[in-house]
Amino acid sequence: MAHSGISVLFEGTNFARLMGGLWTSVWIALVSLAIGLLLGTLFGLLRTLRSRLIRFVLLLYLEFFRIVPTVVLLFLVYYILPRQFNINMPATWMAVLAFSLWVAAEFSDIVRGALESVPKHQRESGQALGLNQWQLFRYVLLPQAIQLELPATINLATRVIKTTSLLLMISVMDVINVGQQIIEANNQTHPTGIFWVYGLIFILYFIVDYPLSLWAKHLTAKQKD
Amino acid sequence: MDWTIIQQSLPNFVQGFKLTLWLSLVGIVGSIIVGIITSLVQYFRVPVLKQILNVYVEVARNTPLLIQLFFLYYAFPVMGIKMTAETCGIIGLIFLGGAYMAEGFTGGFNGVSQNQLDAGEALGMNQFQLARYVVLPQGLSLSVPALAANIIFLIKETSIFSVIAIPELTNTALDLIGMYYRSNEYLFVLVVAYAIILIPVILLLDWLERRVRYGAFGN
Repeated sequence: MAHSGISVLFEGTNFARLMGGLWTSVWIALVSLAIGLLLGTLFGLLRTLRSRLIRFVLLLYLEFFRIVPTVVLLFLVYYILPRQFNINMPATWMAVLAFSLWVAAEFSDIVRGALESVPKHQRESGQALGLNQWQLFRYVLLPQAIQLELPATINLATRVIKTTSLLLMISVMDVINVGQQIIEANNQTHPTGIFWVYGLIFILYFIVDYPLSLWAKHLTAKQKD
Repeated sequence: MDWTIIQQSLPNFVQGFKLTLWLSLVGIVGSIIVGIITSLVQYFRVPVLKQILNVYVEVARNTPLLIQLFFLYYAFPVMGIKMTAETCGIIGLIFLGGAYMAEGFTGGFNGVSQNQLDAGEALGMNQFQLARYVVLPQGLSLSVPALAANIIFLIKETSIFSVIAIPELTNTALDLIGMYYRSNEYLFVLVVAYAIILIPVILLLDWLERRVRYGAFGN
C-alpha cells in the first residue's frame, strides 16, 4: 500500500538518523576547517617570505589543488594510502585528511593576499619599534590580515560544507548516504519518498549554508564603506 | 606503475576526456548566458523578476551540486519528468553555474563608478543605452577575475557527474578501477587528464585578466 511520501521522513527513527548523518557531515567540515585554517595560515606566512625554494614548493602545492577536483582528491586518499603506504584508517579520517589539505591550499592564498594588502607603513612602524619578524607577524600583520580575510574564509567554509556532499562516494555515513538507505528501505511502501528525502537534504544544506553566506556578504559590504 | 595498463586504458580515457570537455563547454556557455541575464535583471531592478532571481541565486549557491543532480535525476522521475543523465548534468551545472556567474557579473557591474553613469545620463542616454555602452563594457571587464575563477570551478565540478553515471573522466576512472583493480595507474591518468584540460585554461584566463585591466579605469 502506498502512503503519502512525506511521512517517510518521520517514520521510526528516520528523522533522527538523517540528523545524525548531517552531524557527521558538519563535524567533518568543522574538523577539516580547523586543521586546514591552521596549516593554511602557516603556508600563507611562508609564502610571504623571500626564500624562492619555499615559495616555489608551496606554489606547486597550491596549483595541484587548483587542478585536481575534490572528488578525485578523495579517491586519491582513499585508494593510495591503504595500498601504497599501508595506512588504514576509517573513511571519515581520510575525508578529514583530504579536506584539510585542500582547505590549507585555498586558505594559504587568502592569507597571502591579506598579508600583502596590509599597508606597508604598518610593517615599517613595527620595525621602527624594534619588533622582530615573529612579533611583526603576531602583533601587526596577523590581526589586520584576519579582518581582511574573514569574508573569504567564511565563503570557503560554506564551500567545505557543500563539498561534504561528496562523502558518500568514499562510503562515509553522511546525510546523503543515510538518505539513500532510508529511500531504499521504504521504496515499496513510499514510492515518492525519494522526493521528500532528497528535498529535505536539499533544504538542510541550505539552512546550514545560507546564514554563513549572508554573514560573509554583510562583512564584505561593511568593508567597502 | 604499469605502463601497458595505462596504454590499454587510453581509448576509454579519451572518450571521457571528450565528454568532460563537451559538458564543461556547454555548462560554461549556458552559465554565462544565465548569469548575465540574471545580473542585468538585478542591476536594473526589474520588479518581480528580480525577487525570483534573488531566491534562485541564493538557493543554487548554497546547496551542493551533488544533491541538485540527485534531485533532477532520481526525484524528478517520481513527478513524471524523466531526463537522460547528461541532460540532468547539464541542467544542474547551468543551474549552479548561472548563480555563481550572476554573482560575479553583479560584482563587476557594481564596480562601474557612479561618475560613468552620471556622465552617460548627462549625454542623454536612456536605460538601454547606459547598459549597452557604459555598464556592460566596463562591468564585464571588471568581472573577468570572478568569471575566470568560476570557469575553473565549473570544469572541476563536472567530476561530480560521475555519481549519476555520466561516463566523463572521473566516472571512466572509477569504472576501470572497479573492473581491473589498478587504482594507481588509473588515478594517475585521471590527474594528468585534468591537468591537460586545466593548465591551458588557467594560463589563458590569466592572460585574459591582464588584457582587460582597463576596466578599472576611472575608479
